[in-house]
Amino acid sequence: MVDTKEIWEYLEEVYDPEVPVLTVVDLGIVRDVSFENGLYTITITPTYTGCPAMKRIEDDIHEKLTEKGISEVKVDLVLSPAWTTDWLSENGKKKLKEYGIAPPENEPDKSVLFGDPIVVPCPKCNSEDTRLISQFGSTACKAHYQCNSCLEPFDYFKCLR
Amino acid sequence: MNALFNYLLRLGDDSLILGHRLSEWCGHGPILEEDIAMTNISLDLIGQATNIFEYAAKVEGKGRDENDIAFLRFDKDYKNLLLVERPNGDFGATMMRQFLFDAYRKPLFERLTHSSDETIAAIAGKALKETTYHLRHSSEWIIRLGDGTEESHERIQSSLDELWKYAAELFYEDEVEAELRASGVLPDLDGIKAEWDKTVNHVLGEATLTIPTNNWKQEGGRKGLHSEHLGFILAELQYMQRAYPGMEW
Repeated sequence: MVDTKEIWEYLEEVYDPEVPVLTVVDLGIVRDVSFENGLYTITITPTYTGCPAMKRIEDDIHEKLTEKGISEVKVDLVLSPAWTTDWLSENGKKKLKEYGIAPPENEPDKSVLFGDPIVVPCPKCNSEDTRLISQFGSTACKAHYQCNSCLEPFDYFKCLR
Repeated sequence: MNALFNYLLRLGDDSLILGHRLSEWCGHGPILEEDIAMTNISLDLIGQATNIFEYAAKVEGKGRDENDIAFLRFDKDYKNLLLVERPNGDFGATMMRQFLFDAYRKPLFERLTHSSDETIAAIAGKALKETTYHLRHSSEWIIRLGDGTEESHERIQSSLDELWKYAAELFYEDEVEAELRASGVLPDLDGIKAEWDKTVNHVLGEATLTIPTNNWKQEGGRKGLHSEHLGFILAELQYMQRAYPGMEW
């Protein structure tokens, strides 16, 4: 058997199909790796309930571990505790910004229906003069913004808590 | 029928049918951003239905899976609200239907996170986060359209007048809920109506809309008595599985 630590390292090579700069570890969706009775169990959690990438991610994990010679693998999906953007690693946030997606900002209390709008700096020119185009972007986890300074349209990885 | 199974159908069918209705907008949204927003919300709702039906299938214990439950029941076995099967109408009507529903779903999920049933609590905890976004989105449109031009105001007011009679069913409860309350599966659901009233009064007020005074109610969905619209939805939803039984994507 290989150490579960090694499995974590292999998982660092599995990328999110929708945001291909982030690994599943950066994204914080891998909750646990365990080994029992000859079987490795990888526990993952979805970012959004209807995230269509979950099945693909599960297949990619199987594929990657098979490639590494590990075939006794089970991928379990858990809903609780629910994923939050706080689980995105610091490295993940950095990679997002370099890729042109603004990482989640600390947003105020979500229970308020209409809070003050948040400032999302442009990932290209860092200007804070940006505006929300749509709360729903190209995937469930993103909103759509535009920079008023350099006019760049960009995705914002929305804060989920 | 087992009360828990029945309740899960009520919860899951609301998500499935409204998710299907929103998916009908795919490629027809008034602007690209809204086309994407409505299909995003649809995806969230269908994802919720998947989780809920997976659990319902387990509770039922007859070897069915979430797809059998979603695709292979007859109309009277669907327990969704009449509200969610209303036709889309114009964009404003879709937003009004969504708003009335979101304003109820958010406080409902908040309470369900305290269910003694761990699976229900987990599903609700997950769904609550996205429902908060849905409510904000629909509320903003109600305000924009209500407090917009003369025409947008008139049209969204008529959507409200039309949908109002279906809103009462949001708070429908019978022996199913009573039994689950007694066993602690359903936490105290009191206060949902009060919170819904508060959100609705606040947003409709901002939107300069008038709350209808006609309190005539139209109910039936929770008992499986539907409007003719559900049949048409199911014809489209179930076509593939009926034509090619057991077909997989």
